[in-house]
Parts: sequence; C-alpha cells; structure tokens
Amino acid sequence: MEKIQQEKANLKYQLQSTMERKSSKKRKIDRLVTIFCIICVGLAIVPLGSILFEVIKNGISALSIEFLTQRPGSMISGRGGIGPAIQGTLITVGIASIIAAPAGIFAGIYLAEFAGTGPLPHAIRFFNDVLTGLPSIVLGIVGYIVIVLVIGSFSVWAGSFALSIIMIPIVVRVTEESLKVVPNSIREAGHSLGIPKWKITLHITLKAAFSGVLTGIVIGISRIAGETAPLIMTILGTSLFFTGFDDPVDALPLRIWRLASQPYDSAHAQGWAAALILILIVLLFSVTLRFLAARKGFKVRVIRYSNL
Amino acid sequence: MNSATLKDDHQERRKKLSNLLLSKKKPMDRAFFGIVLGAAGYTLLLLALIVYAIGDGSIEIFSYEGLDFLTGTDWNAVYGREAFGALPYLIGTLVTAAIAMVIGVPVSIGIAVFLSEIAPPRVSTPLSFVIELLAAVPSIVYGLWALFVFRFWIVDLIERPLYNAFGDWIPLFGKTPFGLDVFTAGIVLSIMIIPIISAISRELLKAVPDTQREAAYSLGATRWETLRIAVFPYVKSGLFGAAFLGLGRAVGETILVTMVIGNAVGINAIPTSLFSQSQTLASVIANEFNEAASSLHLSALIGLGVVLLMLTMAINIGGVLLISRMVKVSPGVKE
Amino acid sequence: MSRTLKGPEEELSPTLQVSKISESVEIERPTEVKDIPPPKLSIRNLEAWFGTKRALKGINLDVRENSITAFIGPSGCGKTTLIRCLNRMHEMTPGASAKGQAILDGMDMYDAKVDPVTIKRRIGMVFQKPNPFPTMSIYDNVAAGLKLNGIKDKKLIDDIVRESLEGAALWEEVKNELNKPGMGLSGGQQQRLCIARALAMQPEILLMDEPTSSLDPIASSKIEELVHGMKKDLTVVIVTHNMQQAARVSDFTAFMYLGELIEYGDTKQIFENPRMELTERYISGKFG
Repeated sequence: MEKIQQEKANLKYQLQSTMERKSSKKRKIDRLVTIFCIICVGLAIVPLGSILFEVIKNGISALSIEFLTQRPGSMISGRGGIGPAIQGTLITVGIASIIAAPAGIFAGIYLAEFAGTGPLPHAIRFFNDVLTGLPSIVLGIVGYIVIVLVIGSFSVWAGSFALSIIMIPIVVRVTEESLKVVPNSIREAGHSLGIPKWKITLHITLKAAFSGVLTGIVIGISRIAGETAPLIMTILGTSLFFTGFDDPVDALPLRIWRLASQPYDSAHAQGWAAALILILIVLLFSVTLRFLAARKGFKVRVIRYSNL
Repeated sequence: MNSATLKDDHQERRKKLSNLLLSKKKPMDRAFFGIVLGAAGYTLLLLALIVYAIGDGSIEIFSYEGLDFLTGTDWNAVYGREAFGALPYLIGTLVTAAIAMVIGVPVSIGIAVFLSEIAPPRVSTPLSFVIELLAAVPSIVYGLWALFVFRFWIVDLIERPLYNAFGDWIPLFGKTPFGLDVFTAGIVLSIMIIPIISAISRELLKAVPDTQREAAYSLGATRWETLRIAVFPYVKSGLFGAAFLGLGRAVGETILVTMVIGNAVGINAIPTSLFSQSQTLASVIANEFNEAASSLHLSALIGLGVVLLMLTMAINIGGVLLISRMVKVSPGVKE
Repeated sequence: MSRTLKGPEEELSPTLQVSKISESVEIERPTEVKDIPPPKLSIRNLEAWFGTKRALKGINLDVRENSITAFIGPSGCGKTTLIRCLNRMHEMTPGASAKGQAILDGMDMYDAKVDPVTIKRRIGMVFQKPNPFPTMSIYDNVAAGLKLNGIKDKKLIDDIVRESLEGAALWEEVKNELNKPGMGLSGGQQQRLCIARALAMQPEILLMDEPTSSLDPIASSKIEELVHGMKKDLTVVIVTHNMQQAARVSDFTAFMYLGELIEYGDTKQIFENPRMELTERYISGKFG
C-alpha cells in the first residue's frame, strides 16, 4: 500500500517539475506570439497612416476653386482642374446607383422574404456571391461589348452599367441580411392586422431594416466611386464637361490615373489633389447619409466594408 | 352614457370601417412577387450576360490560336506577325498573388487574433474600424501612393539590401531593383487584401464559443496553446476560405498593378526574379484595350479576360464553399 | 356525460346557419351561466398539423358572444395552436396545415373561397411578447392596421386611435406623446399598445395568446382589468398557462390536453366542480 502511495507521489512530482520547466518556455512562446500579432497590426496601420498623410500633404498644395471647377489645362502647365472629372464621377455613380439600388433591394427582399431553401434561391445566393468577386476590369469589358459596341460610342450608360454590376451584389447581400435580422414577431403582427403581405414587406419589414439597407447602399456607392478599371473602356475619359449620356465623360479615378502616368511633377501634384477630393467625396457622402439615418431615429449599424 | 349607446357608436364605427376596408386584390401580391422575382432573376441574367459577352468577344482569338493562346509567350500586335499568348501574364498574376498571400495571410490572421483574442474591447473596436478604412481606400489611391512613395521605401529598405547581399548568387534577387516590379506589386497587393482576410477571420474566431477557450485555459494552457488547441481546429477551413477570397481580390486588382509592375510585354513579362518587371492579365487589358491595334488584338485582350474570369471564379467559388462548410457566419450586422 | 361530441351526420355546408348547428348537435352546455350567450364562433372537427405531426385532434366547441373564453392546459396541449387556427394564422407557419370548420356568424372561415387575409380584419390577435412596429410612433402603431388597409379619413383614424387607446387603458399615459416611438414604452405599456392596435380594427373577436406571460404582475393585472371591460363590445379568447388568471378573468374555460379538448364549460364549474378526472388533476396541480 505504501509503495503505491509512493509511486503516485513520484509520478506527481515528475509531472509537476516537467510542467514547470515547460511553462517558462510556454510563456516565452506566448510573448512572441503576442509581439507577432502586434507587429501585424502595425504593418497594417503604418501604410494607412502614410497614405492619408501623403494624400493630404501632396494634395493640399494643388487645391483651389479653379482646380475644382475648371477643365484640365495642358499637362505641362499644371494649370486647369478636374471639374469635368468631379462632374463625371457624380453622374456615372449617380446613374449606377439608380439602377443598382432598386434592383439590389428587391432582389434582397426576394431572398429574405419570399425565397425558401429550394434550388432557385440557393442558386441566386450562390451566383450573387460569385458576382461579388468578379474583377472589375472584366465588367468593364462587358460594359464595352454590351453598351459601347451597341450604341456606337463610349458613354455614360456603359460606365454606369458596368459600375451597377459591381454595386448590385453588395446591396443584395446587405439587404438580405438586414431583413433577416428583423424579428418575425413584427411580420406576424402585420399579418394579424389583415395587412397584405406586400404591404407588410414594404411598409413594415423594410422600414425596420432601413438603416441597414441604407448602409449597404452607401457602401456600394463608396466602392464604385473609387473604381477605375471598368471606366477605362466604357466612359473613356475626356477633358470636356458632360455633353450627353451617349457621350464619353470623365471621372476622378480615371483622371488620377492619367495624371499619374504623366512625367510632369505638376501633373502628379494634381493627381494627389484629385485623390484627396475623391477620398473627401466618398467620406463626406457616407458620413452625411449615416448622419441623416441616425437623425431619423434609426440606430445605425456597423457593417463590414472589407468583404463586400 | 349607457352601454347601449356606446355600443351603437361602436357598431356604427365598425360599419363605417368595414365599408371602407377594401377587399385587397390578390393581383397586388402577385405583382409584387413578380417584381422581386424579376430583380433576383436580373442578377442571374447579369452573370449569364457577362459569360456570353466575354465568350463572344474572345471567339476570334481562340479560333485563331486555339488553346495555344493559353500557353503562348509572345505578344505581338504588329500586322502580319500577330501572336498572342497569355502565359506570361498568367505567370505574372500568379507570382504577384503568391507574394501577396505569403505576406498578407499571416499578417491578416495575426491582426484577427490580436483583435479577437488579445485586445480589450476598448482597443479592438476603434482599431478594427481603422483596419476597415484600409478597405475603403480606392485602389487608384493605393497606386498613387505606391508609385510615388512606397516604392522608394521598398527599394531602399528591402530590395537594394537584398540585391546587394544576394543578387549575384540567388537568381530570385537577381535583377537590378528600381521598385517597379512584381515584388512591389505583391507587397502593395498584400496590404490591400489585409482588410478582407482579417475581417472574415475575425468573424470566424468570434464564432468559436468561449466555452472552448475556457476549457483550455482551465487546464493551464497559455494563450497560444489555447488558440492552437481550442480555436484553430474549428476555424481552419474557414481561414482557408478567407484566404481564397483575399486571393480572388489580389488576382482581380488592376489599376494598382499597372502603376507599379513595370509593364513588360510578352516573353519579357515572365518574371525571372522578384525584381523583374512583368504584367498581370488585368493590367494588360487596362493598358492596351483602348489602343488595340486590330480586332484580333482586342479579342486577345478579351481572351485574357476569359482566363482572368475563370481563374477568379474558381478561386471565389472555392473560398465561398470553404467558408460555408465551416461555420454559418451570422449576419455581419451588429449594433 | 361523454366528452366527445355527437356531430351531425351530414356534411355541414359552408353556409350553414348557426342555429341549425345548435339544434342538431349536442354540445357541452355550460350549466351555471344564467343567460347563455349565442355562439359567435363554432368550431367543428378542427384538426391541425405541423408537417405530419398532428397537433389538434377533432376540436369541437362554441365560443360564446360577448364573453371571455380561456384555453388552459399544460405545455404542448395545443392551446396556442388552436387559438392560431381561429384567425388562420396557424397555417402561415411553413409546413403547417389545418382543416375542419370554424363558423363565424354563419360563414365557415375554412371554406376554400374565403381569403384568409380578410379573416384577420374581423378577428384580431395579441401575442405573447409585445411586438409594436419598431419604426413607428405610438399613434402610427395604433393606426397601422387602418392605414395599411387603405383607410385615409384622418378624422376617422384620429377618433379610432383615441378610442382604441382608451380601450387599452393607455390613453391617459400617452395622450401627449403620440408621436414618440412605440418602442420607448415599458413592456406592459407596449403590450397595451399592441392591444390598442388590434382594437383599432374593430374586431369582432380578439384572440390573446398568453398576453401577460412576459409581463410583471402589476402590468399583468392592468391587462386583466382591460380584458374584463372588453366583453361588452367584443368576444375574447385568451390562452393562458396561468390557471388563476383563467379563473379570474374568464366566463368559460376550455381545458386541453395533448391536442384534444378534454372539458369545456362555465369557468366556475370547471374550477370548482370539474367533470373529468384529468381536468381535476390539472386544476389541483397534480401535473402541468
């Protein structure tokens, strides 16, 4: 009996001393891991800080009212501005949103309120996810083939069409998620009052999900406002102000790209300034909309930008 | 007021009401269903349209070269000597994407781990918002910054030292670096994909129930061990999925790449070292589309689009499947 | 006395008159009520399923006009399923179905020609957890059923909103804050708001599915008071898992068990002198 007790005590001692030896090593590894993670965070934050810093530092000097409202001057002179580009961005993004927002919202309503788990809804969700990840340059090609070749000219329509394809899946996904979060008891209450389903969906459920849906639209708009690739072969870019929906138009990202590829420093400075304007427009837009939504009493929810 | 008159009032109001309540026509319900179904169908239609348009546009090059298009290394638009091969650009795409992943995935996971396991909420909330901002920066701005600022950091801090130290005997660091190469492109791409991968990873980590972690801690595990034993096994395939989605983004990125990859053409675009100039499928399209010399040239560019599309779709489908297989991530809507 | 109903031999036609039913069918007659009110809603052979699982078996009972009827029974007995069949909400659950007859003023609600949406305008419902519309003000919540059903007469709506809030004993508390959001009220107030919203439709029957189970005792008793006052204008059916509540509030009580109607009668009689042993055991707390 005593022998067994002694063996047990030995085992216990062995275990404890092994664990103690290992524990200091464990702690070292732990510290290393923590340091690694912190470095990773730094690796992300430093570039972000640098980008914002450089945009502001290099862009501020070229800003002026003239810059914001005039047409581009000759490249060497560094005069002129990005007026047409700002206008063009507002127009193409605006039209793209007018196409994408209703389409996306209604499709999202379909998925959340009408679709079950059958093959068709499954396919729609799946392909919507696929659509989300398509390279925007390919969508530009599609815009070229479907619109530019058909109309016969580079045009606002083509650019807006390509941009709308980027925006729709974002709106669909966010709308569906926002609607799903609305508790079913609300819909039941509507049904119990004898209200027809389509009215319940539009006036009650959608209203309850409104802030989420709105945020999705804002995210979509912010995303497409910064897109360059699909614009290259759809709106072409120009130094003129808007002349018609069937004509080419300029846009901020496109103009920045062209300015950056010039060999002149003055052009580069304009590029930075235009980048500053682009970021400001996007930020301003999203902040305003969130502010409006918050004022109407809707709680504004945070949705991730990045995987959209 | 006796109850009789109250009841009369009530009856009268009820009568008035029921006269006003229209019997709702079923047609409105059906019409609404038609609208939403149509909208859902529109998204399917778009996908079909994309596939058709790209396919139709690339018929010319594929009937001219067949599958040699995929393996060819020339890129010559000169009339009479046309030859178009996608291979160099495919290689360029894969190399830059690989660099982006090698750097981006570990860093993203490190960030996700920090945000979900290490940092207290008052740090992780604003910090995660800041990381999200990285995603909100348009790629043209990334390009601008990479071209005029970051490239010099890379040249001075990484490329030159590596070239000086190893350039002679390791081919990987062979070429004289001046910052416009696959290496720079890869690094900036990695920064761009960090928000995606880290956000999804963070959601996945959060989905692991705390009880698992508690069980490990109660056995005396350290933070790293807990992660290794109790958390990562759950999220492994999901993390792969997140990486895939990041990869999809890296492969499809265009503008940034055109600005820093050096824009080599044809066989010269095949990178032989980290500091080689190259191009990706997307960057060629962006650079040459508007100046395509012939319809064959244009078709070749669209052909590159086909390759890019298939590559991206395969990657994205893989990513989505991997993530949905792991955990049904709850809607990303939080208050 | 048997607890099963001797039903009519012939198939009841959808337009069967109420009186014909009472004549041809022997129903458990409540014995101790002085004036037995006429039947408002007659349920005949009602069966309900969730998929292939049967939740209600051959229910037969008459809900009396201007009375308060309580459905009691242990969890899973089918009382909630039954009440949700009374306004055809049950079948809205995916996979759920019901068949049988529920004859309201001579019209069978389960007849194929009847549009279920219209039923809900005559039979209102209040749910266990208060569910006011989150984006609407108090006024808009009460008016929601009216406005969304096409009523535009502002004066009529104003009058009805006020009357409904008074009927829900909420008017005094909110009359100066009608534009405040409905969600800002306390739990008990929210439930009264939902009652007002249902009352605004001037329903003939109000169904209440455990309306006080998520409320504190004070709020609960306010609602019980309310319910009592409602019966002069309409008929109330209330599901409750709280026997004392049923005893306090109702005129008639139906005891259910495992999907069947075990006993139905005058509340006083059910609680003091139940005829079925199962009823007696439930009442005295031997199970449930």
